Amino acid sequence: MTRKQRRLYIVGGFMLIFAAAAALVLMAFEENIVFFYSPSELAQKMKEQPIPPGRRLRIGGLVEEDSVQRDADGVTMIFRVTDTVDVLPVRFRGLLPDLFREGQGIVAEGSLAADGTFVATEVLAKHDETYMPKEVAEALKKAGQWQGDPK
Amino acid sequence: MHYFANPARFTRLAGIIQPWAGALAAILLVVGLYLALVVVPADYQQGDTVRIMFVHVPSAWMAMFCYSFLAVASAIALIWKHPLADLAAKASAPIGAGFTFLALVTGSIWGKPMWGTWWVWDARLTSVLILFFLYLGYMALWQSIEDGQKAAKAAAVLALVGAINVPIIKFSVDWWNTLHQPASVLRMDGPAIHPSMLWPLLIMALAFKAYFVALLMARMRMELNLRRIRALRLAERTS
Repeated sequence: MTRKQRRLYIVGGFMLIFAAAAALVLMAFEENIVFFYSPSELAQKMKEQPIPPGRRLRIGGLVEEDSVQRDADGVTMIFRVTDTVDVLPVRFRGLLPDLFREGQGIVAEGSLAADGTFVATEVLAKHDETYMPKEVAEALKKAGQWQGDPK
Repeated sequence: MHYFANPARFTRLAGIIQPWAGALAAILLVVGLYLALVVVPADYQQGDTVRIMFVHVPSAWMAMFCYSFLAVASAIALIWKHPLADLAAKASAPIGAGFTFLALVTGSIWGKPMWGTWWVWDARLTSVLILFFLYLGYMALWQSIEDGQKAAKAAAVLALVGAINVPIIKFSVDWWNTLHQPASVLRMDGPAIHPSMLWPLLIMALAFKAYFVALLMARMRMELNLRRIRALRLAERTS
């Protein structure tokens, strides 16, 4: 074995070990790396190990169609977030981002109330990977080729 | 590869490539920016904010490309001891750091109106911030060790360890729930960007790449000249 080959194997071997170590660390911390839970992931978690009301967490999903209402006080918004499997009611008092609308993906930070609603303190809009001009979007809608509102 | 191990030969070639790459970058940048800022229609959801994407996405690509380049050059330097590999790695670090900074800043400016926040600690944003710190750490390590050869070796090892971060950045949006959207261009079922926006984006990406080549050639020539000056000074002192 030449010295170059030996160095190649040493560097390659160390890279493999580092990659394995990084993979193990990332898997161990998966819980903390996940930015938000979808309603069905949250339901799953509640079954396994209930999250106490008041603990901060983030949830994400689509704002369900026809679910956005204003509360009697006029400033609190009530809507439901869905991942098409499970649904979670959300209450939020504050400024909503421009992209917020029914069918839009959002991420909300807050905590669960005793009655199972999610009380959000911050709502962020999640943009999807589709980019197209307005005219194209309208033409697609007109032609009936629209793939539904983005997720 | 060994043809360019001769510094004089490389300097000559780099001197020819540099102005051409620079001119190409300037032309593509003017065309790309004109298309991106004036010609491209507003997005159906984002409106005019979409124009930030034409700077943000190419910068982010370059941030990862520069690091991959740096890591490969470091591996070549460690294993095959090619005399120019260390220089190439060292010269590419500040360029990559600049692109990473640009990607972080433009992303933040886009995030405020679109997401409603300047910054979140999701997997994509955090891993790119780590990439930025890796660049800074790499440059600091070069500066902190006096002996050039020892510095090169230590920096190369750091670069290779940090290379693990590049696939993590790329796949962070697929492996975990993130606020950042998944890839729009390099994805399994074709780009999710309308062609009228995709072409300006690719032109901007090419412009950034040409700019990288021009800067890399300039920086490598500078490093070679510095090395020669040091050698000459040393020779003067001993004679």
